[in-house]
Amino acid sequence: MKTAVIVFPGSNCDRDLARAFERVSGRPSTMVWHKETALPSGLDVVALPGGFSFGDYLRCGAIAARSPIMRAVAEFAQGGGHVLGICNGFQVLLETGLLPGALLRNAGLNFVCRDVHLNVETTDSPFTNAWHNGGVARIPVAHHDGNYLVDDSLLDRLHGESRVAFTYCDALGNVTDEANPNGSVSNIAGVLSPNRRVLGMMPHPERLCDPALGGSDGAKVFESLLGALAPA
Amino acid sequence: MHARVHITLKPGVLDPQGEAVRHALGAIGFNGVNGVRQGKVIDLDLHGIEPAQAEEQVRQMCEKLLANTVIENYTVEIL
Repeated sequence: MKTAVIVFPGSNCDRDLARAFERVSGRPSTMVWHKETALPSGLDVVALPGGFSFGDYLRCGAIAARSPIMRAVAEFAQGGGHVLGICNGFQVLLETGLLPGALLRNAGLNFVCRDVHLNVETTDSPFTNAWHNGGVARIPVAHHDGNYLVDDSLLDRLHGESRVAFTYCDALGNVTDEANPNGSVSNIAGVLSPNRRVLGMMPHPERLCDPALGGSDGAKVFESLLGALAPA
Repeated sequence: MHARVHITLKPGVLDPQGEAVRHALGAIGFNGVNGVRQGKVIDLDLHGIEPAQAEEQVRQMCEKLLANTVIENYTVEIL
C-alpha cells in the first residue's frame, strides 16, 4: 500500500498519520508539501492530516482547500483514488467539495479534546471493513469546529446510501445526545463519498494505534485500508 | 474602487457564537435582545477591474472562496 500525507502550513498530525500508515503497510508514507502540483505516481491512498492549516483563517480548511496540491488530490479522488481526511483534513475535504456538508463551531463552544466512542455504522467501506460485524471504537477527538451539518435531503441521502461511517455513541454503542461532543446532526462523526473511497472524520484514529499509548482501536482504519488495497 | 462583502449564516444554521454573545449582553444588563447572529465583513481594494464587471468578479470571489455557500449567504456592495 503506497500512501502520501499532504502537509499544509499548520498541519500538526502529519507525522502521526505517516507513522500509522507505516505501521500497517511496512513502507514509509511520502510527505507532500501543499505547494506541489502533482502527487507521486502509483499512490493508493492520499491522506489529509489534522491541525490548523493556515491558522484556520477565513474558515477552517478554506485556504488549504485552494492550495495547488488540492487540484491533484481532487483529480486523484475523481479517478477512484482513496482519500482519508482527519479532523482539519475532513474540513479541507468539505471545503474542496469532495464530501457534502459543513463543519461549524462546536455547539457547546468548547474545544473538545478527549476520547470518544464511535459506533461503526457501516463496514462496507475500505476504511471500516476490519470491524467485520461493526461495533464500538474508542478514538480521541480534538477540535473546536466539528459540528457537522447537512441539509435534510442530503442527510436522508447519506443515511439511505449508508454513507455515514461513524457516529458518536456511549461506551455501549447507544447513539445519544449525551454522547454527542459537538452537536453534529445525527451524531455524525465521519462520512463517505458516493463511491465510498473518500472518508472524512473528525476523530483521530492515528492517535490511538499503539497499545503503548493506551489503545489501538484507531489502527483498524489503517488495517481496513490495507485489507482493501493490498494485493492478495 | 472598493467593495464590501457581508457574509452571514443562512437562516436556520445554528450560531453558537451569536448565542454566547446574546447571553453576555444579558449578563451586562442589556435585556430584551432576542437573538444575535454573528457574521463577517470583508473589504476589498480592487485594482484593474472594470467597474461594470466589479460586482460579478466579487460575486465569483464569494462563490469560490470568501463564503461557504453550504452554510453562508453573502451580499456585495461596490463602494
